[in-house]
Amino acid sequence: MFKPLGDSAMLVELGAQIDPQVNRQVHALDFLLQNVNGIIETVPAYCTLTIYYDALHFSFQQIKAVTEEKLQQISEMKRESGRRLEVPVRYGDAANSDIGAVALANNISIAEVIQIHSEKEYRVYLMGFMPGFPYLGILDERLQMPRLPTPRTSIRAGSVAIAGLQTGIYPFASPGGWQIIGWTALKLFDPNSPTPFLFAPNDTVKFIPLADADA
Amino acid sequence: MLEVVDVSGMATFQDAGRRGFQRYGVPVSGAMDWFAYRVANRLLDNPQNSTVLEIGLGDVILRAKRDCVLAATGAGFEIQNYVWTFPLWTSFYVRAGWSVQIKKTSGGNWAYLSIAGGFEAPQILGSTSAYLRGGIGNLLKVGDILENRKPTLELAKLAARNFSAHKLMPYSQTPTLAVIAGPQGARFNNSFFESEYAVSKSFDRMGYRLAGRAVETLDKTELISEGMTMGSIQITNQGQPMVMMADAPPTGGYPKIGNLIAADLPILAQCEAGVSQLRFREAQLEEAQAKYKALVSELAQPCK
Repeated sequence: MFKPLGDSAMLVELGAQIDPQVNRQVHALDFLLQNVNGIIETVPAYCTLTIYYDALHFSFQQIKAVTEEKLQQISEMKRESGRRLEVPVRYGDAANSDIGAVALANNISIAEVIQIHSEKEYRVYLMGFMPGFPYLGILDERLQMPRLPTPRTSIRAGSVAIAGLQTGIYPFASPGGWQIIGWTALKLFDPNSPTPFLFAPNDTVKFIPLADADA
Repeated sequence: MLEVVDVSGMATFQDAGRRGFQRYGVPVSGAMDWFAYRVANRLLDNPQNSTVLEIGLGDVILRAKRDCVLAATGAGFEIQNYVWTFPLWTSFYVRAGWSVQIKKTSGGNWAYLSIAGGFEAPQILGSTSAYLRGGIGNLLKVGDILENRKPTLELAKLAARNFSAHKLMPYSQTPTLAVIAGPQGARFNNSFFESEYAVSKSFDRMGYRLAGRAVETLDKTELISEGMTMGSIQITNQGQPMVMMADAPPTGGYPKIGNLIAADLPILAQCEAGVSQLRFREAQLEEAQAKYKALVSELAQPCK
């Protein structure tokens, strides 16, 4: 459960599957470890929390003991639910849109792809891959698609994409292997803004389909 | 204050790194060789997290607009200051109008150039470190003017200092690097620790791909993305080891056989593509932390 990640980080494993319950525990532990002296930063992921600690302050046994103590408090904690954010999306509106392929592969219409993708609320399980990229789940199984066999060399900023049982949004133009189904005009990452990130881990996200005329 | 006259390599501002934003997907960045970075500032009595110029893969020529004192550390470079040639790990006085060339030689990848007072650079998310993939900071280019903060001492007292790096940091192109077993260490047999690897041509600030015998995987269960750090050794599906470096994303989906210890990271950072021959050994956490503490306390001693 507690594994060293080199000599100044520790990985805490709270489960072994993508599961909202496990991820809530990860974020609860994450919350309890903020502002602990000697902890540099923490990184929540699907079912693990990585704790970066100052090796001059804590030994591995000590950081493990601190974490164990906080884990005991999780059950008594009021759940931190994060914010709820709406993301307007123009589905199918991308030079490289894969929405037709997604519909075809899953034997549904494009309208159904849009409806299934936008009717659900998603959790920001974690952020990673690039600054501001939210890993959202859990995607409906009817939309499940593998990654592209060859990643695209450039994906437009704001592209809404899916892979496996995940969906996400590319914050800026980059290479990527997820299948693109839409595009949002929202800016996900602006390093010069006082609020550089649109999303935070543990937020809830709802996609709002836009008709072409709205955009 | 310096003016950039010529750049053939890649040079960026770096500091001790960007902390607290990995949860938003932002890498730590900072110097590839933390030890050389620390010494570059220490040679000039600069505050510990001062901004330096990290120079890789080629040369940089700068001209002093005013008298200043510079220090250079790292591996694989030499310094030409006016008419003299200096080795790395020294500080030297540069008169207004003189040119300084940081010249790529061999035996390393990265040089760190500090200026008395530290470079003045814009802070983004609490750090001056460039992270080019993320649109943070810039590559140094011809014509850039590099401003510096006020030195702590009069310039003459900061010049002509040197530091014996090799006693503390055994830079080598044929090192045996210490690894702490990783979260998925048990998925692999011992082949990684019994083979020799080279840094491949595919290396950058994000990571070093290693060339050599494919690592045999005993358990191919797909991993759910989880945290990784600088020094994490990921094994790709083809068995290729990939050591994550300063600009590594905070999470990754390949299993990690282990993590390089902090004390050995600078040695790997300076291993050249196509030249170096690396071996790895398994180390204990206590040994690694003791080594790191010893290095840091040595660096805390005042410089002469």
